[in-house]
Amino acid sequence: MSELEDQFEELEIETLPLDAWHRARGGRMVEFAGYHMPVQYEGIIAEHLWTRKHAGLFDVSHMGQLQLSGEGVDAAVEALLPIDLSTLKLGMQRYSLLLDEDGGTLDDLMVSRWPESLYVVVNGATKWDDIAHLREHLPDEITLNHLDERALLALQGPEAFAALERHVSGEYPLSALIFMRFGKFMLGGAEVSISRSGYTGEDGFEISLPAEAAPRIADLLCGESEVKPIGLGARDSLRLEAGLPLYGHDLGPDTSPIEAGLNFAINKRRRSEGGFLGADRVLDELANGAPRKWVGLTLEGRQAAREGAEVFAGSEKVGVLTSGGFSPSLEKPIAAAYVSAAQAASGTALEIDVRGKRLAATVTTLPFVPHRYHR
Amino acid sequence: MPLYYTQDHEWIDVDGDTGTVGITDYAQGQLGDITFVELPEAGSTLKKGDAPCVVDSVKAASDVYAPVSGTVTEANAALEGEPELVNTDPEQGGWLFRLTLSDTSELDGLMDRVAYDEFVAGL
Repeated sequence: MSELEDQFEELEIETLPLDAWHRARGGRMVEFAGYHMPVQYEGIIAEHLWTRKHAGLFDVSHMGQLQLSGEGVDAAVEALLPIDLSTLKLGMQRYSLLLDEDGGTLDDLMVSRWPESLYVVVNGATKWDDIAHLREHLPDEITLNHLDERALLALQGPEAFAALERHVSGEYPLSALIFMRFGKFMLGGAEVSISRSGYTGEDGFEISLPAEAAPRIADLLCGESEVKPIGLGARDSLRLEAGLPLYGHDLGPDTSPIEAGLNFAINKRRRSEGGFLGADRVLDELANGAPRKWVGLTLEGRQAAREGAEVFAGSEKVGVLTSGGFSPSLEKPIAAAYVSAAQAASGTALEIDVRGKRLAATVTTLPFVPHRYHR
Repeated sequence: MPLYYTQDHEWIDVDGDTGTVGITDYAQGQLGDITFVELPEAGSTLKKGDAPCVVDSVKAASDVYAPVSGTVTEANAALEGEPELVNTDPEQGGWLFRLTLSDTSELDGLMDRVAYDEFVAGL
């Protein structure tokens, strides 16, 4: 037997601050975004279900943590992103997109307002291109600081709050954070920045911390009965159930935010004023609709369909899968695809070609599994 | 009954000219949670190296190759309802299909358990 499409091949590649920690915990290490990362510990399904019921600790230190500062930083960033920074107050975090001139997506990211700067978290596989793009387009007065001495952990799940609260202290309690807010806290003797956010659809937190404190704090959190370490495999199945697009698969230079259904990331003022890279296409698609839409698909039977599989309405090819796999929570295969706008309505019956076999699928409103954010 | 192994991590248990095929414990461990098995139909003719069977795990789909040539006589119907048998009992209850061997001399190129264990240890 052989792996037909293993996206987690092992290569000689860089290590992250928790490398030895993952190996000691039995993590199976694979190459991802240029780093050795754990794809699983005890098994993807068990880790997935544990996170939905209790709390999972994810090492996402491969992601890029950037700090932008300088005179006029808001206006400079607004020239690139469709974000309204006038409404992003201290302590707030917001999802946004890095777009190219043609409205294609270079990355999706989180922007937070720090006292004298903006803090931005970008995807690991794209961080070097993002930094190059930002340096090229931002004026000289703006300083871009890559916080590569920091690690990033995500603690996700309905019991994440209880587990984390036992270990944090600060000016205000952890309960002061609601979804998409952040604050500075002390955790395990280190000064950390915690936001109430994540990419699983569950309540949870993302913790930016000094790299040297990462093993100690990972131990501290996994010492709580609610918490287990979770690998990339479950991270992928959790985010797909939550209907969250993954950059490099569901989003890319050939997809626009409106096609992807990320209209909420085009902030209100920017819709009327424009003035960001890619605005012509984005505003046109907002007004007139996009020719294709990113949709969820629920498959009949047990066989999964994977990224790249073609989607048909009768004999007509209407789209291509960008993600697909088995949903541990729903116990059936799910997928996501860009399909023609005419085939995008919830309930539309389509077929997916898997190695010459047609699997029946139905367009399903996203998310597949309801979000449980603490708003 | 003699057991033979391939470098692609299939096993075949041979009794006369009948063989039962599955994947090894090492293979299921590498694949992770198995969610679906696409099985060959009885009567289909296989050449050594054909891929009559696909094992779907949460992260990927993987071909299973025919260790030898022959005609499929039976597929493991229990896997339709319980594909996870390939994880929990890969070398017994999680067998995939049975076939009638057309050329038992093809077995000569396969490994025995000792050789296979050495092969896996070297991976």
